[in-house]
Amino acid sequence: MTFGQVLLVAALAVPAVGAAVVAAVPGDRAARLAGTAAAGLTLLATVWLVAGDHLWTGYGPAPAVRPWHQLDLPWVPGLDLRFHLGVDGISYPLVVLTALLTLLCCAYTVWKVPAGGGSGRALVALLLVVEVGILGTFLALDLVLFFCFFEVVLLPMYAVIAGWGGPDRRRAARKFALYTLLGSVLLLVGVYVVVAAAGTADLVALTGGAGLPRGTQLAAFTLLGLAFAVKSPLWPLHSWLPDAHTQAPTVGSVVLAGVLLKMGTYGLVRVAVGVAPEGARWAAPVLGVLAVAAILIGSLVCLAQGELKRLIAYSSVGHMGFVLLGVATLTATGIQAALIGNIAHGVITGLLFFLAGAVKDRSGTGALAELSGLRETAPRLAGLLGFAAVASLGLPGLAGFWGEAFAVVAAIQRGGVFWTVLGVLAAVGGALTAAYLLRLLRRVTHGRPSPAVGRVGPGLAAAELTAWAPLVLLALAVGLAPTLVLGVAADPVAALVAVLP
Amino acid sequence: MSVVQSVDSVALLPAYLAAGTAVLVLLTDLLVARAAATVAVAAAGSVATALGCAVVGAGGERSTFCVGADCSYVFGGRAALVGALFALLTLGVLALSGPLLRAGKSPVGEYCFLLACSMTGGVVLGAAGDLITLIVALETLTLPLYVLVGLRRGSLAGAEAAVTFFVVSVVATTLTLLGAALLYAVTGGLHLGRVGALFAERPDLLDVPLTTAAVALVLLGLAFKVAAVPFHAWAPATYDGAPLPVAAYLSTASKLGGVVALLAVVQRALPAEVTGPVLAGLAVLTMTVGNLVALRQRRAVRLLAWSSVAQAGYILAPLGALALAAGRAADARAAAYAAAVAYAVFFVVLELAAFAALVALRPADADGGTLVELRGAARRRPWVGAAFALALIGLAGLPPGLAGLFAKVTVVRALLDGGAAWLALVVAVNAVIGLAYYLRVAALLYAPAADAAPVPARPAGTVAVALAAATAVALVVGFAPQLVLDLAAR
Repeated sequence: MTFGQVLLVAALAVPAVGAAVVAAVPGDRAARLAGTAAAGLTLLATVWLVAGDHLWTGYGPAPAVRPWHQLDLPWVPGLDLRFHLGVDGISYPLVVLTALLTLLCCAYTVWKVPAGGGSGRALVALLLVVEVGILGTFLALDLVLFFCFFEVVLLPMYAVIAGWGGPDRRRAARKFALYTLLGSVLLLVGVYVVVAAAGTADLVALTGGAGLPRGTQLAAFTLLGLAFAVKSPLWPLHSWLPDAHTQAPTVGSVVLAGVLLKMGTYGLVRVAVGVAPEGARWAAPVLGVLAVAAILIGSLVCLAQGELKRLIAYSSVGHMGFVLLGVATLTATGIQAALIGNIAHGVITGLLFFLAGAVKDRSGTGALAELSGLRETAPRLAGLLGFAAVASLGLPGLAGFWGEAFAVVAAIQRGGVFWTVLGVLAAVGGALTAAYLLRLLRRVTHGRPSPAVGRVGPGLAAAELTAWAPLVLLALAVGLAPTLVLGVAADPVAALVAVLP
Repeated sequence: MSVVQSVDSVALLPAYLAAGTAVLVLLTDLLVARAAATVAVAAAGSVATALGCAVVGAGGERSTFCVGADCSYVFGGRAALVGALFALLTLGVLALSGPLLRAGKSPVGEYCFLLACSMTGGVVLGAAGDLITLIVALETLTLPLYVLVGLRRGSLAGAEAAVTFFVVSVVATTLTLLGAALLYAVTGGLHLGRVGALFAERPDLLDVPLTTAAVALVLLGLAFKVAAVPFHAWAPATYDGAPLPVAAYLSTASKLGGVVALLAVVQRALPAEVTGPVLAGLAVLTMTVGNLVALRQRRAVRLLAWSSVAQAGYILAPLGALALAAGRAADARAAAYAAAVAYAVFFVVLELAAFAALVALRPADADGGTLVELRGAARRRPWVGAAFALALIGLAGLPPGLAGLFAKVTVVRALLDGGAAWLALVVAVNAVIGLAYYLRVAALLYAPAADAAPVPARPAGTVAVALAAATAVALVVGFAPQLVLDLAAR
């Protein structure tokens, strides 16, 4: 086993073992600390994955997926299932983001366990299991294995929402579980449509179409696209998202918005577009229209939204619309915009949910009508909220800018009346995004302090700063140096676009 | 032709062992008259039967009672798997029956004897090579159950359930027998292989209206046994009225018997062009109706009963896919049969675990009770609750119940390989409906309990062992599903 393979296994084994340890350690706080340590080790292992030789060497035509490290073991030959893991420039940023956000959430839980009845250790254990599922999804290079990990996430996340969420958590959790399962059963059917036609489930071999007939590709892309559209979520399949995000505890919302949604967009790029490129070409206009509809509708709903967490949740619909528009263009620019948009949204929305949770915990309400003048009583919190909101609306120099701007650029570059109109509409959506985020800031931070805000003290806990600082720094770093993400993603995206018909 | 047949006693060894168990149990009860001894003999007998099946099955296919090339008793890989499963399920149900028998409401000797008889039917069923052996074995399997269902003293519900079960089951058997008779009239054969070969040789037979009637009657009769919709109405009432361990046996072993019988006739005797559409329709109806009705259940056993109706639909689905793609290659057909068997194996393991957990959470001689009574059970009995939740999640087909996940994957794969994508989509949508109620029960287990609710007593030792064993098997086949797939494909 090479060092890279050890790291790949460690990225999944450490959180899995960590979850078991958390369940076994006596003492709630000690267990939470143990879980945080496991999450920290996982982050180390995933960051290290970048080490090694990234140049592809080999004979014959280079495949469209060239993993830096890979591990390929047989598991269930009867189901065409191999334990095939690998990492490349498309998955690496998401893998690191997942490990980072899980670590921050675990650390935050050491400091504060959300109310709701469940114990803190159980929450940490569930977060680690969710991490196993998400990392597995990003690392899987076998279609069936990808599906299995996709399913692993579902129930632990359900339990996080149902066990530690807000007052309406059971309904929200059930809705989340049923919607997501609908997505993943469609994924299951789609996966075996491909496997039955191609005779293999190896993503490396399948990327580029692998000579699948056009009809199969259209059917496969429809099924896979629907599956990922539920997860991403794409309008009009998004209605589970606002409820789940609003009811989930702070750490649950951070993981949900930060990385869980990315399983959908990543799957769209790696699996749906990669395996059924002709299908992607065929469905691209529909995908583009729905993405732009998501941007516009998400923004308009946000403009009328009266609840803090719900507003941020709906803003995800709009932001993911930009990501999906990028994918829909099927150009190198568009897919790169989608990848950096994914990362930026994960960082910024993760931060926004942390801040919204802090505001809600301190003031006891999330209603915008009851919140005002936060900068008077808690200037630092208000400042951070301002930073996150400005980053989210896509100010140049911060992370949110690149994904949104280049999704529009990619649509315009694609040419033709249709894509130009989509690009223009998306740009209008971008302006609306700015409008609702500024409205949010004006409502929450400006004005005279409301009674609810009057109770808020100016101090921030050290644990909170520890959890937020990395996200603030990342939002700045990715904004100033987008090459952090694009540098590693350029080659794999170029290889992917090269095999598109 | 010689009138004297040579009998291969090695092939018959598992059947001897099973029947011997029944006789020994009866004698022990008569001579020793100690409950513990009787149960021990029954348990030892079922272990011996399972071992016998494994040993004989490992040695390759053996057949006996042959007339020319047609044999009435063929003990091959699948027969060994089915026989061993029946023996182990019997053992599991015996373990679950511990508290019930100790409570003294049911006579121990009769209970164990009937269970062993039923096991004998199951062991022979797997090896049946002609229609008459098949039907007799199936009846040997079910006949003791009529009595077992009603064997609780002073239980009106039990008596009602037994009568319902008896009447429906006898009608079903009659239908199957009539179908077999008509098949004989058309083909002149009763051996499964011979009938199948004849239909393949002379496709014109398929145009005879009598053939359609015969095939339909055989299938419908067996559909009753599997509790496939619309022949399912007896199942929930019977399960709910029966003692819990017997309900567990009904929904695992007895259902397995129906599936095995159906598989035998569909795979070897009846023409796929006729059976396929019927089975596909039955599968769709069964899973959809089962899941939809299960959504509304308030009683634990009824919910499990309806869910097992739905699960039967998933088992039937690959069989239905076969024929839709007429003229499929032989290996694709074999894969579909294997998928049905594999799903059945995954299912009985998870279902037994679910029933074992339910028995563990309920008082000794109680019925399944309502779902509300299970509220908060997992907080008071964490291990039992976790095992119950795992079994339910497995039945829903999601991780961490990997066994259920791979069961679902196996079926969907077989359907898509067989070119029945629409049926795969129906299965997929049904999995979503199924999750709704499995999740409701699992969440209820972890909900905060009402303060007045009594803490469930510690489960009896035998029940705990059965639950642990079933859960362990479910976990092992969850991580190594290839074991089951290999066994099912033999």
